[in-house]
Amino acid sequence: MARAVSQRRKILFTVAAWSVGVLIFFPILWTILTSFKTEAQAIADPPIFLGFDWTLENYSAVLERSNYGRFLWNSIIIAGGSTLLGILVAVPAAWSMAFVPSKRTKDILLWMLSTKMLPAVGVLYPIYLLCIHLGVLDSKIALVFILMLINLPIIVWMLYTYFKEIPSEILEAARMDGATLKEELLYVLTPMAIPGIASTILLNVILAWNEAFWTLNLTAAKAAPLTAFIASYSSPEGLFYAKLSAASTMAIAPILILGWFSQKQLVSGLTFGAVK
Amino acid sequence: MSIKTKLFAATALSLFSVSALTAETITIATVNNGDMIRMQGYTDDFTAKTGHKVEWVTLEENVLRQRVTTDISTKGGAFDIMTIGMYETPIWGANGWLVGLNDLSAEYDAADILPAMAGGLSHDGTLFAAPFYGESSMIMYRADLMEAAGLEMPDAPSWSFIAKAARKMTDRENDVNGICLRGKAGWGEGGAFITAMSNSFGARWFDEEWNAQFDTREWSDTLNFFVNMMDDAGPAGYATNGFNENLSLFQQGKCGMWIDATVAASFVTNPADSTVADKVSFALAPDTGLGKRSNWLWAWALAIPAGTQKEAAAKEFIEWATSKEYIDLVASKEGWANVPPGARTSLYNNPEYQKVPFAQMTLNSILSANPQSSTVEPSPYVGVQFAAIPEFAGIATEVSQEFSAAYAGQQTVEEALAKAQAITNEAMEAAGYR
Amino acid sequence: MATHHSRSAARLMMAPAVVLLLGWMLVPLTMTLYFSFKKYLPLRGGDLGWVGFDNYVRFVSSSAFWPSVLTTLTIVGGVLVITVVFGVLLAILLNQPMWGQGFVRILVIAPFFVMPTVSALVWKNMFMDPNYGLLAHLWEFFGAQPVEWLSQASLQSIVMIVSWQWLPFATLILLTAIQSLDSEQLEAAEMDGAPALMRFAFITLPHLGRAIAVVLLIQTIFLLSIFAEIFVTTGGAFGTKTLTYLIFQRVLESQNVGLGSAGGVYAIILANIVAIFLMRIVGKNLDK
Repeated sequence: MARAVSQRRKILFTVAAWSVGVLIFFPILWTILTSFKTEAQAIADPPIFLGFDWTLENYSAVLERSNYGRFLWNSIIIAGGSTLLGILVAVPAAWSMAFVPSKRTKDILLWMLSTKMLPAVGVLYPIYLLCIHLGVLDSKIALVFILMLINLPIIVWMLYTYFKEIPSEILEAARMDGATLKEELLYVLTPMAIPGIASTILLNVILAWNEAFWTLNLTAAKAAPLTAFIASYSSPEGLFYAKLSAASTMAIAPILILGWFSQKQLVSGLTFGAVK
Repeated sequence: MSIKTKLFAATALSLFSVSALTAETITIATVNNGDMIRMQGYTDDFTAKTGHKVEWVTLEENVLRQRVTTDISTKGGAFDIMTIGMYETPIWGANGWLVGLNDLSAEYDAADILPAMAGGLSHDGTLFAAPFYGESSMIMYRADLMEAAGLEMPDAPSWSFIAKAARKMTDRENDVNGICLRGKAGWGEGGAFITAMSNSFGARWFDEEWNAQFDTREWSDTLNFFVNMMDDAGPAGYATNGFNENLSLFQQGKCGMWIDATVAASFVTNPADSTVADKVSFALAPDTGLGKRSNWLWAWALAIPAGTQKEAAAKEFIEWATSKEYIDLVASKEGWANVPPGARTSLYNNPEYQKVPFAQMTLNSILSANPQSSTVEPSPYVGVQFAAIPEFAGIATEVSQEFSAAYAGQQTVEEALAKAQAITNEAMEAAGYR
Repeated sequence: MATHHSRSAARLMMAPAVVLLLGWMLVPLTMTLYFSFKKYLPLRGGDLGWVGFDNYVRFVSSSAFWPSVLTTLTIVGGVLVITVVFGVLLAILLNQPMWGQGFVRILVIAPFFVMPTVSALVWKNMFMDPNYGLLAHLWEFFGAQPVEWLSQASLQSIVMIVSWQWLPFATLILLTAIQSLDSEQLEAAEMDGAPALMRFAFITLPHLGRAIAVVLLIQTIFLLSIFAEIFVTTGGAFGTKTLTYLIFQRVLESQNVGLGSAGGVYAIILANIVAIFLMRIVGKNLDK
């Protein structure tokens, strides 16, 4: 009897969860479907769901027009570089906050987060002038640094919450055994924190990949990532839904695939200290 | 041809002995319109002729504006050529930010550029940007629906005729709107349309002391006429319709008339995209008998920021892209209807091009717009659908947002005009005009 | 517990992050402050001298200022409410026994990976367009007049788009929190005959307090500065101008860097007010 009930419940929950999941995913699905239509079919009334003539013409048009490979490469370098640099700077900071806390630790953390609230557009001119003086306009290195700085507070915060969950007795034991600070960091702490570091990396790659203000405004041809690639397909003259969909699919596909393959790490790690 | 190229190369050589010898890579910022995309496809032709390579930065119009303006006002040097319009060119030229183009080669034949275009892209007699394509606006209408309504479109209609025809052609049952016009916020979208329309109603943005004029009867007439006509005969949601939205409506047969950029003529008569390609006719933009019509003047043009290291190569590119040879190249590959229009007189003298159905009306429209004197009463500014002052883009975007809110029924026309008046005077005060 | 040695080492290790962020904060902040007291018009020759507090006065006295503050708070508040409420419901649903849980989770988190520009473009053109949008077709299918989303329900539309992007984030954090809930406690309550709603209100919700606090904090930081969603959809028309967008208009559309910088200073003040307010509610939960 109980089994039957729980079986019925399971069916019910499965149906409900799948419907909600499909509903939430639908805009992305629709974009992907539209990218395989012709421009005329993309705006057909009534809309066509699957029974259209699948075509790759939008993808070949986009590939012919834009150097997709370069945009993609720039995105990878900028998102990856800024995240790795951020981790390098943040691990020691988060370690000291978590294991050698002082009265001001919490204040420093909150202050760090508050630096994220500075409206970017307000400082566009100052930063632009700065980049010109340093000769780093339209360079990946400038964006790696800026995106690292933008996301650093989040990285520090996430790492801090992971480190805090590591019982300090373990570290003390290591210290008793005569481990130096460096050994303690490298061989004791890091292995234990790997899941946390992994999900921090993932979240920050996503954030950096999708950053669309600085990456658009500080680049021209050489360092422009996929956010700039999209800007060349939004609202041109004439019909554009299908080509826009193809470009959109190409811009989000790499990060979507990465996200899907690593969702276990992301899900298990994305707590920000919310779970005790 | 090849002799010309060599000649040109020789001249360039003597002037810029080093830079012309080395093959450069120039970076060009451009807008993602069809003609520019097509030009990108022919870049190889330019590289074959000159040895220079081209890096394209193609952006949507609003992003492009923001990007190039930041770069030029900070002398960032990220681009060697920028695609800009008739609004930016005189302002930037006056600031000394652009390289003058009066020294282009004789083969280039700068005198062939349509005088209206050259005038709008110059400051103090110096040409600062070469037009890649130019446009005015005109009426595109469905000859079949006009006939069914029992009306005949004059070559130069009045607004009252247009309103009457629009109401008659409207057939809500069959999803046909009598008229489709831009209502979308943004100075280059609905703002451009309503400003050009207001010229024909005798309105103007500023009086000669730079006072905003939205409290005048002329503006109230313009806006009321527009809203009444669109409510009766326009498409649903016209407050968010811009060029693109109206283009697809017209191509899908949902508009009886459409008053917009002349370049749209090649899209609506192209059977590949348009379901009504063989039913479209053209007429001049309407007036109210006050002596000014409601058509604008615009050009997308190529300009070189002052201070670029690659000025010589950039000039070579501009000479290539806006030349007669480029037009011939496109015509030979893709037909005359697809060449960039509105820039050169010789194009309109070409018998082949005259066969294109919209060629003559495009030329007539361009010729009937005068940026130096666009309003019925005297005004202190240059420009038809804009005022060529640095503050205009910001002000007009906010003003057109108020107008769009009125189109959407969120406020009355009078409220929108009162806000527009306040916004404009406020901004002009901040800029030190009043 | 910590030795003197490790304390100084700790400071040393914190130094790079603190110094970098201090620089990242101070350099632009100083420059913003500097410009905010200047008449700085790039299109009119750049720096035209000091003007005292003129820019500050002009920015607040503009008719667009207070509406923009209100719009900012409405959007942030609206998105927070929607993402937290639906996030909790979705997290509870995803925590139930079902087939294909992993796959559903993939579907649900997908919007978080989509660039804001792309999601705004997709929603605007392919869903909310009153002629070709899918929602318009849906409305027509049921015989209703299609809604002109971005003009008639502009603010709601933007809240909806942004909520779609951030719902996965909230759901993920809340789901992790729910999974850590002691199921024995719930089962015991069920045995005692406590109805589902009571169990939710007295056991699940209090347990989620901390997670909700985190969601509120992190999301607010990101939501205060949303830009692409407005730039792409309405361009600030129909009452969707946030404070960030107003600053964008002043700096880039009107090319008045001084005025925009003054706006930037106001935005920092607003952000800090919101932050302090948030810390009061959230901080308590975090310290537990």
